[in-house]
Amino acid sequence: MSGVMEKARKADEGRARAMSGLRERWAALPRSWRYGVIVALIVLLYYLPGLQPPLLYTPGTDFTTVLFLCAVYVLIAVGLNVVVGLAGLLDLGYVGFYAVGAYSVAILGSPDSPVVVKFPWLVCVPIAIAIAMVSGVILGWPTLRLRGDYLAIVTLGFGEIIANIATFSGITNGTRGIGSVPQPSEANWPSWMNWFPGAATGQPIFDVAHVVGYYWLALTVVLICIFGVRRLERSRVGRSWLAIREDEEAAEIMGVPTFKYKLWAFAIGAALGGLSGALFFSKQQFINSTTFDLFTSILWVAAVVIGGAGNQFGVAVGAILLAYLPERFREFADYRLLTFGVVLIVMTIFRPQGLFPSRRRSVELQDRAKEVTVDA
Amino acid sequence: MNFHNLTHGFVDLTVAGLTQGAIYALVALGYTLVYGVLRLINFAHSEVFMIGTFAAAFVWAWFGYTPGSGTPGAVAVIGLILLAMLGGAVASAGTALVVERVAYRPLRRRNAPSLIFLISAIGASVALSESVGVATGRRPTGMPDLLVPKQAFMIGNTPVTNLQLLILGSALLMLVGLDTFINRTRLGRGVRAVAQNPDVAALMGVNKDRVIMLIFLLGGGMAGVAAVLYNIKVGQTDASVGFVLGIKAFTAAVLGGIGNLRGALLGGLLLGVVEQYGASIFGNQWQDVVAFLVLVVVLLFRPTGLLGESLGRARA
Repeated sequence: MSGVMEKARKADEGRARAMSGLRERWAALPRSWRYGVIVALIVLLYYLPGLQPPLLYTPGTDFTTVLFLCAVYVLIAVGLNVVVGLAGLLDLGYVGFYAVGAYSVAILGSPDSPVVVKFPWLVCVPIAIAIAMVSGVILGWPTLRLRGDYLAIVTLGFGEIIANIATFSGITNGTRGIGSVPQPSEANWPSWMNWFPGAATGQPIFDVAHVVGYYWLALTVVLICIFGVRRLERSRVGRSWLAIREDEEAAEIMGVPTFKYKLWAFAIGAALGGLSGALFFSKQQFINSTTFDLFTSILWVAAVVIGGAGNQFGVAVGAILLAYLPERFREFADYRLLTFGVVLIVMTIFRPQGLFPSRRRSVELQDRAKEVTVDA
Repeated sequence: MNFHNLTHGFVDLTVAGLTQGAIYALVALGYTLVYGVLRLINFAHSEVFMIGTFAAAFVWAWFGYTPGSGTPGAVAVIGLILLAMLGGAVASAGTALVVERVAYRPLRRRNAPSLIFLISAIGASVALSESVGVATGRRPTGMPDLLVPKQAFMIGNTPVTNLQLLILGSALLMLVGLDTFINRTRLGRGVRAVAQNPDVAALMGVNKDRVIMLIFLLGGGMAGVAAVLYNIKVGQTDASVGFVLGIKAFTAAVLGGIGNLRGALLGGLLLGVVEQYGASIFGNQWQDVVAFLVLVVVLLFRPTGLLGESLGRARA
C-alpha cells in the first residue's frame, strides 16, 4: 500500500518539476512573445461565449452563464488569495464580505429596498466596495492581533453573524429578499456588435437571458484586479505580506509593521469580496439570505488552496474548477461534494502546495519538511 | 430588547443553557485535546460527533426501539442509554482514528503548515457528512422516546427534568474522568509531555504516535457520549447535524482557552447559558450572533481564552 503511495508521489513530484521547468522556459521567452501570448489568451477569453467549445460546453445550463459564474469565482479567489495566499491569514468567513457587497448594491439601488433613495449602479458599486472594506477593517482591527488559529474561528463567526443579519434584520427582507437589483446600464447593443452571438442589436447589453454583457464586464473587472494584485504583490506591501506569512515574529523584528499590513490585506481582500458580490447579484437581479452560508465560504478557501495559494494563476484555476465542474457534471449532483471531500484529502497528501504552486511557497514547504528533527 | 423575559425565567433559562452547554463542552473536549497536543483545529471532529448520533440510533434500532415504539421500563432505559453511549463512543472514536490515519498522519510526517492540515480536515469532514448524507438519502433519522422528560425537583418554582439532570451529570462525570486520566495516569503524563514539547517527549521515550492515537480516541469517545445525549435531547439526527454543533463546540473550546480541559467545560457551559440569555433578551434569531459577539469580546480582553491554554502548560 505504502509502496504504491510512494511511487505515486514520486511520479507526481516529477510532474511538478516538469511544470516548474515549463515556467522557466516561459520566463526565458522574449518579452514581446510573452505579451503576444497573453494578449491572444485574453482575446480568446473574451471570445469564449461565441465559441461554445465542444468538450467544455455545459449541457443543461447556458454556457455564458457558467462563464460568468467562473469569472465571479475567480474574482473571489483573487481576493481571498490576498488574505490566505499572500498574507497567510486564515479567513473562513469570506462569504460575509461577499454578502456585504451584494446587499449594499441591492439596498442602495433597488426600488424594492426599504431605503428610499435610489442610486444608479455606478454609484452603488464604489459605495459597496467601501462598505465591504470598512467591514473588513472593523473585523480585522480587534482580531488581527490574535494568533492565526483564533482568526479562523472569529472570521467564521463573522460570516455567521452576517448571514444572521441578512436573514433576520428588517433592512434585508430576509428570505423574501430584494428584487430589481440595479443593472450596470440600461443601454442596448450597438448595431456594429451584431456579429457576436448573444449581442443582437436593440437587445439590452445587460440582459438576464443573454449574459454576454455581464460576462465581459466581469472578465474586465477580473483582469484589472489580477493586474492590480500582481503589482501589489511585487511591491513593498507584497514583500511585507510574504515576510508575515513566513514568520510573523521575525518580520516584526525586522521592522515590518505586521499589524498594519495584515489589516491592509484584510481590507483589500474584503473589498474584492464585496466587489464580486456586487457583480454577481447585479446579474442575478434578486438577492435573499439563503445564498450566504458558511459552507460556501469554506469551499472557497479550499478552492484557493487546491489551486495553489499565493499563485494567482493557480487560484484562478481552483476557482474555475469549483464553479465549472458542478455545472458540467449535473447528473452526479448527489455525489459532488463527496467526491470533492475525497479530492481534498488526496490533494493535501500528494500536492499540498496546490495544483499550480507558487514557487516561493513550494520552497517553504520543502524547508518545513526538512525541519522535522525527530521522526514524527 | 426584553429584559422581562430574562428576569422572569432566569432559573429556567440557566438550566436549559447549562444542559445545552454540557453537550457543547463534551464535543469541545475533542477539539481541545487535539489542539493542545497537535496545535491543529480538527475540523472533522463535528462529523465524528455526527457518526456517533447515527451509531446510537443504530444500537437502539438493533434492540427494536425505533421512533414510536413506546417507552421501555426504567432498567431497560438505563441499559439502552449505556449501550448506546458505548456504541456511540466506539463508532466515534473509530471514525476519529480513521481520520487521523488517513487525513493527518501523512501530513504530519512532512511537517506541513497548519493551513494544509485544515484543508485536509475540511476534506475529511465533507467526505464523512456527504457519505452519510448519500446513504440516508439526506432524510432525518428519528429516535425512540426513551426518556419522557419528568420533573425531578424544583429550584424555586422552576422544575428541573430528569433529562437535564442526565445530560449535566454525564457531562460532568466524563470531564472529571478525563481530567483525572490526563493529570494522574502514566498515559496522561505522556499526553501532557507531548503537548509541552513533542521532540523532547519523544527523546524521553514517549511514543508520540501512540499518544496522538490516544487523544483522537479520547476525543472521539467524548463526542460519542455527547451524541447520545444529543439524540435523547433533540429526538432526531441527520447527516448535516455536525456542522453547526461543531462550530459551537469549537467556539466553546476557544472561549474557555483551547488546549485546556477545564476551559472546555467552562466555555461550553458559559456558551450555552449566554445563548439562552441572549435569545431571551434579543429574540431567538439572534442567539448565534450573541454567542459569537461574546467570543470576540472575551478574546479581546483575554486573547488565550478565559482559563488560558494549558494542556501541559503553554508551549512558547
